[in-house]
Amino acid sequence: MLSTRVKIEFVAALLILLGVGLMVYKVFFLGFPLLPGEYRDVWTIESKISFRPGEGQVQADLTLPEEHAGWVLLDEHFASSGFGFSVADGDPRRATWTRKSLSEPTTLYYKIQAYRQQPDALSGQPDPQVQAPLLAANQRAAMERLVEVLEEKSADRRSFTTLLIRALDRRSEDPDGRFLRSTWDEESGNILLQTLGFAGIPATVLRGIRLEDGRRRQTLSAMLEIYDGEVWRVFDPRTGEEGLREDFFIWQRGTDALLDVTGARSSRLEFALVSNSLPSRSVLAMEQRSGRYALLDFSIYALPVEQQGVFKGLLLIPVAALVVVMIRLLVGIKTSGTFMPILIAIAFIQTTLLLGLAIFLGLVAAGLWIRSWLSHMNLLLVSRISAVVIVVIFLMAALALTSYRLGLDQVLSVTFFPVVILAWTIERMSILWEEEGPHEVLLQGTGSLLVATLAYLAMSNRLVSHLTFNFPELTLSLLGVILLLGKYTGYRLTELYRFRSMGDKQ
Amino acid sequence: MKLFASPGQLRAAGMLGMNERNIGYIGEHNPRKNYPLVDNKLLTKRAAQERQIPVPELFGVVEYQHQVKGLIETLEGRDAFVIKPAQGSGGKGILVITGRRGDRYVKSSGLEINAAEVRRHVTNVLAGLHSLGGRNDSAMIEALIEFDPCLAQYSHEGVPDIRVIAFRGVPVMAMMRCATHASDGKANLHQGAVGVGIDIASGRSVRAVQNDVLLDRHPDTGACFADLVIPHWERVLDLAASCVEMTGLGYLGADVVLDQSQGPMLLELNARPGLAIQVANQEGLRHRLDRAAAIAATGANHDERIALAREAFGALS
Repeated sequence: MLSTRVKIEFVAALLILLGVGLMVYKVFFLGFPLLPGEYRDVWTIESKISFRPGEGQVQADLTLPEEHAGWVLLDEHFASSGFGFSVADGDPRRATWTRKSLSEPTTLYYKIQAYRQQPDALSGQPDPQVQAPLLAANQRAAMERLVEVLEEKSADRRSFTTLLIRALDRRSEDPDGRFLRSTWDEESGNILLQTLGFAGIPATVLRGIRLEDGRRRQTLSAMLEIYDGEVWRVFDPRTGEEGLREDFFIWQRGTDALLDVTGARSSRLEFALVSNSLPSRSVLAMEQRSGRYALLDFSIYALPVEQQGVFKGLLLIPVAALVVVMIRLLVGIKTSGTFMPILIAIAFIQTTLLLGLAIFLGLVAAGLWIRSWLSHMNLLLVSRISAVVIVVIFLMAALALTSYRLGLDQVLSVTFFPVVILAWTIERMSILWEEEGPHEVLLQGTGSLLVATLAYLAMSNRLVSHLTFNFPELTLSLLGVILLLGKYTGYRLTELYRFRSMGDKQ
Repeated sequence: MKLFASPGQLRAAGMLGMNERNIGYIGEHNPRKNYPLVDNKLLTKRAAQERQIPVPELFGVVEYQHQVKGLIETLEGRDAFVIKPAQGSGGKGILVITGRRGDRYVKSSGLEINAAEVRRHVTNVLAGLHSLGGRNDSAMIEALIEFDPCLAQYSHEGVPDIRVIAFRGVPVMAMMRCATHASDGKANLHQGAVGVGIDIASGRSVRAVQNDVLLDRHPDTGACFADLVIPHWERVLDLAASCVEMTGLGYLGADVVLDQSQGPMLLELNARPGLAIQVANQEGLRHRLDRAAAIAATGANHDERIALAREAFGALS
């Protein structure tokens, strides 16, 4: 019989070798890049067209994106379950799905991979055309006044556009702008276009997607393009900022409908996005071998985009677990619970580190204070914990609202901060406070935050995310290392301090 | 004293580390299924009574919230008592009442509380405030130990107890834990109580340590630890060693108190005894555990094992 120690060592060695072996194979035989070199952010954009059955024949037409402003399309995939499918090469290209009849809600997929080779300006200008609006009398009056006032204030078409965007903004105090907004039931982009047309400025729309890694159910957004007499200029219709944003993928230029569905109801177009950092070398290879991606078939790239996004996060959790195991077994820092630091670290990834720390400390302190008050009220434990959970939700809502009012969008992500973790932390810390005193709370709280910070740093490290995502088999090696650490019987770093008085004795 | 000891120094001193304790001793010799008997003081007490091991008298048990109302009647006629959670650990949630003043109860610290506060404490115990993992718990009401006056000077505002580590029926190392003002009357070393290493052979003190620093006298009472001899030492060792058989745990810590009239009594058991005992004795556990394993392997009976242990581990012999 083998001892458990030898067994574990054997299994661990096997796991580590398997993980590293697979990685080596991928690096040397499949050409995966081991180290992050010069990187390209390759975006996988998956569009989902969903609709419900209607009457008779169904036809869905989707305008396909073109290569604008330095973007390069690497790859296209269409999924058409039981539909007839064709792509018409026109300007722009359009994909058409057709079917005799439809009996249940259906989703069609179109997936592309794209990256921005270099940030170019938009080329291939459309002809400057002024669109004259159709207006009711009161709208016309308001628009006349608005345009008159703005023309008075502005120097040229650019400044006019910026002022107009501000005047038509939700928060604007301009009475004419507010009136116009109230009479329009379409999105504000159209008021802009119409007003620009009224003022005699050629304008059009850029439709596209705001790129945000891991986003699901992203919808189309629009940018405003105006002709200033010499060139076309892009404006953000929400902020009035000029220029094409880095994170905006242009799908279509012009006001035509992107998606036409006939014979079905409630059609929707949504996008899921994932960004992978790939070395420029492999991106070049992908471009040259467009169509055949043996390289990618062996990795998570082969999964649907939504799952890719989930896996990208999931694969980082073992790294955080390793950090916790090392800190607890090798260093001996106390944390409250084994997995709380990991959960806190995941929350930090959503809020960024410093902000996350601030929010965490603030909410936990407030929660502890409220709980101590509840404790004075002599409530039963269960209702005390439940009350804390509810109060934490209130606190988070209040924080989100205040930050929104102050214009700090980033703090809004606090709504994703797991309530349960916070409430649980508060409860745990306050029990600890009552029993062991503030010293122990400080010790374990600091320990947890320290480990969470280290786990966060490990998880957000570029090399680490590169390795875990491109070589998921390394998770096996991590498992092996964690198993080995589970049999580590040596001293912890803190014990060298704890037993320091034994050092003098021989 | 240096800020850090080197691993080599600790290894030479035979210090047992937390990882090795968890894997080599607790994991190896303490079957998980036997834990409830140790973690639940009520079960420990019943098992001990079956084996005629002396324990503090049990006045009553509160298991359900509706029993809390009748609690004050239960306490009628009892002037001194201790309320503790059956599944508490590390001395958490223990309320010691040393006497009455009219309607009010006097705590060991001298503070007075009213009946409502006693009931609230019991309610908190039932809800699992002090138990491991917050499980629902029951509250035990026990007789207060009248601790032996010869030990009284070594403890301030609390009961001193004697922790004996027994391995496979062999008592391996012992210390007395003395409450101090700093530890708030609790006998927990990490809260500032004094740990006094006790010689296995004679029951005399070896060393005294507070917060890892050696000292000669009790910081509050000024009593000199060098004069300390534990009375009924033979019986203390016997008690601790018997617990190994009772629980089926190979590696455990037995907490013994000395009652003035009834002598050594088993207070509670611990399946995961801490490592501070090594600092209090200024000696590592590992070499002793190896020798204890050798003694156990000889097949000696209960009394012989204790005799062999006293011979092997006597510091002053």
